[in-house]
Amino acid sequence: MRLSEHKYRTTSRIAGQLLYVENVHAARIGEVVKVLGPHNIALEGEILEIVKDNILIQLFGETRGLNTENLEIIFTDTIRQVPLARDIIGRRFNGSFEPLDGLPMFYASEWRPARGYPINPVARLGPEEFIETGISAIDGLNTLVKGQKLPIFSCAGLPAKELVAHILQNARLRESSKRFAVIFVALGLTFNEYSFYLEALQNIESEFVAIINMADDPVMERLMAPRFALTVAEYMAFDEDMDILVLVTDMTNYCDALREISNARKELPGRRGYPGYMYSDLASLYERAGRIRDSKGSITMIPVITMPEDDITHPIPDLTGYITEGQIVLSRELHQQGVFPPIDVLPSLSRLMQKGIGPGKTRDDHRDLANQLYKNYAKGRELKKLEAIVGRDGMSEADQLLLDFADLFENEFVHQEKQTRSIYKTLDKGLEILERFDLLQHNLQKKTEA
Amino acid sequence: MKKKTLGKIISISGATVRTDLTGLTLFERVSVGEHNLTGEVVRLDKDGAVLQVYEDPSGLGLNEPVQGHGVSLATTLGPGLLSVMFDGLQRPLDALVEKTGPFIHPIHLSSTLDLTKQWSFTPFVNRGDTVAGGVKIGYVDEGPFQHPIIIPADKNGRVKNIAQGTITLDEPLCELDDGSKIFGYQSWPMRVPRPYRKKISPQGPVVTGQRIIDFLFPLARGGTSIIPGGFGTGKTILEQTIAKHADVDIVIYAGCGERGNEMSELIEEFLHLVDPRTNCPLMDRTVLVVNTSNMPVAAREASIYTAVTLGEYYRDLGFHVLLLADSISRWAEALREISSSLEEMPGEEGYPTYLASRLSSFVERAGVVETLSGDIGSLSMILSVSPPGGDFTEPVTQALLRTSGAFLMLDMTLANSRHFPAINWMQSYSLYQNILADYFKKNISNDWEVLRKLCREIMHKEESLKEIMEIVGIEGLQEQDRLVMTVAEKIRFDFLAQNAYTADAFCEPQKTMDIIRNITDQYLRGQDYTAGKSENETL
Ligand SMILES: Nc1ncnc2c1ncn2[C@@H]1O[C@H](COP(=O)(O)OP(=O)(O)O)[C@@H](O)[C@H]1O
Ligand SMILES: [Mg+2]
Repeated sequence: MRLSEHKYRTTSRIAGQLLYVENVHAARIGEVVKVLGPHNIALEGEILEIVKDNILIQLFGETRGLNTENLEIIFTDTIRQVPLARDIIGRRFNGSFEPLDGLPMFYASEWRPARGYPINPVARLGPEEFIETGISAIDGLNTLVKGQKLPIFSCAGLPAKELVAHILQNARLRESSKRFAVIFVALGLTFNEYSFYLEALQNIESEFVAIINMADDPVMERLMAPRFALTVAEYMAFDEDMDILVLVTDMTNYCDALREISNARKELPGRRGYPGYMYSDLASLYERAGRIRDSKGSITMIPVITMPEDDITHPIPDLTGYITEGQIVLSRELHQQGVFPPIDVLPSLSRLMQKGIGPGKTRDDHRDLANQLYKNYAKGRELKKLEAIVGRDGMSEADQLLLDFADLFENEFVHQEKQTRSIYKTLDKGLEILERFDLLQHNLQKKTEA
Repeated sequence: MKKKTLGKIISISGATVRTDLTGLTLFERVSVGEHNLTGEVVRLDKDGAVLQVYEDPSGLGLNEPVQGHGVSLATTLGPGLLSVMFDGLQRPLDALVEKTGPFIHPIHLSSTLDLTKQWSFTPFVNRGDTVAGGVKIGYVDEGPFQHPIIIPADKNGRVKNIAQGTITLDEPLCELDDGSKIFGYQSWPMRVPRPYRKKISPQGPVVTGQRIIDFLFPLARGGTSIIPGGFGTGKTILEQTIAKHADVDIVIYAGCGERGNEMSELIEEFLHLVDPRTNCPLMDRTVLVVNTSNMPVAAREASIYTAVTLGEYYRDLGFHVLLLADSISRWAEALREISSSLEEMPGEEGYPTYLASRLSSFVERAGVVETLSGDIGSLSMILSVSPPGGDFTEPVTQALLRTSGAFLMLDMTLANSRHFPAINWMQSYSLYQNILADYFKKNISNDWEVLRKLCREIMHKEESLKEIMEIVGIEGLQEQDRLVMTVAEKIRFDFLAQNAYTADAFCEPQKTMDIIRNITDQYLRGQDYTAGKSENETL
């Protein structure tokens, strides 16, 4: 055991973000080191590997201008921690957790490791409380539940950020007596995207904390930013009993950063160059969402993913979908038809929907209604393919009806532009279009908000 | 006796640690660092060893102590396992909550079983009786079971003393004339299959309550089915539904590298659902081994060995056991992560070249056996597979296809149209169907094979008619073919599909037969009718 910091000037090599120090007599895996250089250069790093007295350090921040001669390496004997306090609310930080809003750093009432600890599965409380987003395709057919992790799978050029902004502005829990806050994590964003989101955040009623890593910020910080955010989220949710919505965009940039750093470390590349541990790495983030016993708070997570080449089988959406509790999939085709939000409900899924809907939560007829809408739309879409071969005239009347239903479903149920719909409006809308086509089955009948 | 030696850490890379400690053996259990993290020896050389640490290695430091335990990483076996949830290293998760709260911190927990709990023991043997490994010397009452206590495989002799009545596990139950003491529990190295007298060929089925499985692709007791499918195709729901309803004595459920919320939901449900066979909570016949995706990767690798050793133990007590693992791909990925941190030569898709042999020796641990005490016990497996991108040509699916007996292929198209279980009836197969045909004919229904053939025939016909129909529409088909299409649709909707959230989640074999007989009868009648009509027309 060491008692205090100790210093070395024995850098043997620098390669990109990696620093090698020799003749070190004590070090820990994950230990934070400070690196001081000429011209007031001050960086932080983390110990990755220890081979006898040779230490490999991963540096955060800009390494340009460093040389091996005059670096001072300080070993701090602590692992990477996040300062926490109630005053954190309303603040903005960069990927090294330094304030970006011009205000001084808050006084930390405690520190916790950025990587967090896994939630013990028996200490979890299953998600079951409905969150209204105001979006019919989500609330009606792919319901979001408190404590869920539900990503948005987008394609380059689709209005994912407009959708997210819409959710931010409208998301509310039916039982709204509790404090609700948003934690916004920007990963590798361009300035335009950043200002768009910031404006959206400033227009919402809820409180927020933002952790911002821009496109030209250090790549290593992109890996740390979501971890800082989640440590803050755990503090706010489980110590302060708040409902927290963590919005992370864009996880594709995160995964690319992971690949870049893995390659720099000369690790064995897996599928498409992404490291073999990407599944576990992503899980170490996504699984931090949830609820726990003995705490009233919750962490709900909405990560945004841009599917490279619009391909849902690409490792990034693929591994994400294997971990998250469903996915909201955006479609280029619907976007081209002018539908907003362009959510394709067929590949979309909320695995926790069944827990969050029905009597006492949304409405008694929700489940049945969702099934019927889904089933008829799925049939209609299937028939569209047939229509392309045989033409509309070659189809039976019943089939033509389903074709029209599918169109109407897209244009009136999914499409809602800037409108916000309460869950009751959403369900009524669904009932109405089923009725208009006489597709409503007897076990459902029109009910409106009491 | 256990040897204890002390060394220190000389290098660390992730969870892979080098020590200067010599005299260790391969797969020996070690304690690593100031906090006694659990680890295992994975490589030996002349001036030290490489260790795999099974817990979060953050904070582990150079020169910290390493200690060998002289025994392999082992699973503890005995009364009190049922209804407990363990992590991959068989640490009870409830006890962990008590120690470290809702979040898991690396910590050393001393015992897996509650050694102070009182049990009521009824002996089978008397002073002076000769006993050997595997022999049942008595039983304790555990929930709905009589839990036999067996002599560990390596012990035998004459009984000098035997307990009766209230016992605890920390006191010996029985003493043999050579002085060896028999406790109510024992431990077994998890990577070594437990011994039995002989393997015997499978006879009866594991009734899963899933019509498509029991009727078209049945699983034999002692057999292995695999369920590969992309995300959202229904692997987890299928595994969990089967875990609830399968007609076996004991269920071992390994949640391997998947979601935490799924596991908490499962626990919640199993505590409240009642097993109709025993009228006790389902949990009483279940052991959960849970190592979710965010828990340490190396412990995930160990978790399926913990699970299979537990399964073999209950098999050796003469029970029928079903091991469900969700998902075996996450185990393979853990193996890959460990292998790559050891800088081993990678094989296909980065998996170590021994992936296939490890998988097949794991699957080989399933089977029906005559136990050391002459009983019949069985261990069956249902393993879900998560192929990247839903592409079944990947190494894990391919390796498992060679060793398992039934392949239940989950189909993304079916799942997207919300047909569940989304088992593709054209591509799936079961090699057990012939072995089980006699059983089904004798015990369930005489027409099992006939109906099965007919059902498959209709589904095949539908498949080939589908393309034609896409061009000419159903109206363009001949009457006979239209009949096929309507009946096939009925089979799909009313027979093959089964909603896990309704009472239909489980279907008795008799009822399965009734439903399919009903539908195929309609088909046969329809055929007669159309045949009659066309005859009339030609007259
Ligand atoms: N037998 C079933 N009955 C009804 N719904 C099902 C069934 N199987 C799967 N589902 C639906 O599909 C979703 C995904 O299933 P899941 O088993 O979690 O998939 P996987 O484990 O393959 O990713 C579930 O949340 C549920 O909505
Ligand atoms: Mg699953």
